[in-house]
Amino acid sequence: MPDEPTPEPSEPVPSPEAADEQPSAEAASTDAAASGAAEEETVAADPRLEELGTLIDAALGDAIVERVVNRGDVVVRVRPDAWRRAAEFARSELDCDFLSFVSAIDWKPAAREGDEAGGDTSAPVQPTEMTFGSAGSAGRWQVFAHVQSTRRHWGVTFKSDVDDSDPRAESWVSVYAGADWHERECWEMFGITFDGHPDLRHLYLPSQFEGHPLRKDFPLLARVVKPWPGLVDVEPMPGEAPEPAEVGAGDAAAGDAEGDGG
Amino acid sequence: MSATNPPRAPEFDIDHGAMRHLADAQVNVELDTGDMILNIGPQHPATHGTLRVVVRLDGERVLSADPVIGYMHRGYEKLTEFRTYPQVTTLINRIDWLSSFANEVPFIDAAEQLMAIEAPPRAKYIRTILTELSRIATFVLFLGEMGLQVGALTPPFYGFRDREYVLNLIEAVTGGRFHPNFNRIGGLKDDLPWGWIADCRSTMGTVLDSCSMFEDLVLGNEIFEARTRSIGIIPPDIGAGYGVSGSNLRASGVDWDLRRDGRPYLVYPELDFRVWTHADGDSFSRYWVRLQETRESALMVLQMLDRIPSGPIMAKVPRIIKVPEGEVWVETENPLGQMGYYVISKGATGPFRVKIRSASFSNVSILPWLLRGVYVPDVITILGSLYFILGDIDR
Repeated sequence: MPDEPTPEPSEPVPSPEAADEQPSAEAASTDAAASGAAEEETVAADPRLEELGTLIDAALGDAIVERVVNRGDVVVRVRPDAWRRAAEFARSELDCDFLSFVSAIDWKPAAREGDEAGGDTSAPVQPTEMTFGSAGSAGRWQVFAHVQSTRRHWGVTFKSDVDDSDPRAESWVSVYAGADWHERECWEMFGITFDGHPDLRHLYLPSQFEGHPLRKDFPLLARVVKPWPGLVDVEPMPGEAPEPAEVGAGDAAAGDAEGDGG
Repeated sequence: MSATNPPRAPEFDIDHGAMRHLADAQVNVELDTGDMILNIGPQHPATHGTLRVVVRLDGERVLSADPVIGYMHRGYEKLTEFRTYPQVTTLINRIDWLSSFANEVPFIDAAEQLMAIEAPPRAKYIRTILTELSRIATFVLFLGEMGLQVGALTPPFYGFRDREYVLNLIEAVTGGRFHPNFNRIGGLKDDLPWGWIADCRSTMGTVLDSCSMFEDLVLGNEIFEARTRSIGIIPPDIGAGYGVSGSNLRASGVDWDLRRDGRPYLVYPELDFRVWTHADGDSFSRYWVRLQETRESALMVLQMLDRIPSGPIMAKVPRIIKVPEGEVWVETENPLGQMGYYVISKGATGPFRVKIRSASFSNVSILPWLLRGVYVPDVITILGSLYFILGDIDR
């Protein structure tokens, strides 16, 4: 078993100063600036992440679209044609032998059908414009994966853009055997095809299932079939404007009154 | 064998268990049976729920195995997009229902990191204590149930009994045996009840005693050794490639534990504990490692009970929880392996996307590789020794 001394103890635990600083920064400026400050702090604090970053830069070079350090995690966005090469490099050069997951992100703004249909008022309202997280994205789809090293105790998150019209990515199964199930799940949930996967078939869902449930435009069917039961408990406070449903009832009553008058 | 001994080296030359099966197999070859498809599960006790393994047999030997999962898929990754952050903890309690409290910790940690809130020290201590108690409850059940997989009926009774002691402790604090839902962003719902620390201390003594008892009862049993030694060997590189983690990987000799080696979380950096590994990687070593880790967890709880600071249990948190835009990957060492959440927030009251990395999913994904070539009775011991929870596979 590898018993090499790790530089782990030198890594400082999150200090109370950092915790004090961040809310003030957040209050003073936008959220983006606050997260930027946190990123810089982490880079300065951990030389191992620097070392990891330079290793990645040297090996992948022009295949890297963007590389950032996000809260102690190195996020590397690679070109789509270098997706498998990134895995091979991580496994052989970075010593990342452990696969955490392979999955995808749909950056499309969340559907607000719940609000419009008056069904699910409990669903949190997300922004309507499309924004991208760490390391950015060119379009709606991204595949992302996390690998780690069991010996050197570091990890990397890889991201790669996926074409909007024809979502496909290279398969990692030949590099990490465990990517098999993760890619099957990703395929059925997002509809992203993995080229080179030996056996791309349904994992969780029945084989006749149509649609890709984790896409943002796929509604939460339970809410479509039946409105959120919590709505029943919501009664208008005395003196408040009546609910839309009661407005409808009022219209009907008005119609009746007209009928009587006529 | 005492806790201070180093892991045992393999001490056998002839694999008696395999020899016995070999004899059986030869009998079957004479009968000239063709390939046979056998369904194990979805209701087999060794599957802890509804895992179905379709195996193709040549006599008693497994030619290929295909786990069929999804009988319990609840779509938590989708549901989290329709919930607020405090509501999500209710969902993720039900991923790995044996150690629900440990599931909450990484998600709450992720939300706290994004909001730049840090829980007070006392809250962190209580969180760590309850996480370790969940680990003990989970492992003690395994220590008993593994006996059941090889046909021993006594150990499960002891396992369930000891688990009940620990669950009583968790219930006394959180009010829930299975689904505590006790973590809040910025701290905890309540403080420890009066007299709980003394109760916990005495129960940890009981747990330590039962560990010794399991050592005598199960590990010292010849039949158990014959059924588990050199059965279901996971080589470290293959295991890591499949994402097998936690005790399963440490039983293959990989000295890696996020409590010690990962990004610092909770109060683990302040604790003094040993990470146990075993060189063999077979079913026996998985049992051995979990037994040592149960004992280690009990000792960690005792350490924390001595050191637990006083003070508040909640940080200052806004009344309406809106998490600033950003994303974060948080992973922790859960009883069944590594659990991680990749949380992407867009500044709303609920997450935009949560990728849940559950331990059992990856642990079980090695089955097609691992079951190839083993004999039918060993399938059961291998399934049992991997120790998975269906909710953790199907999410």
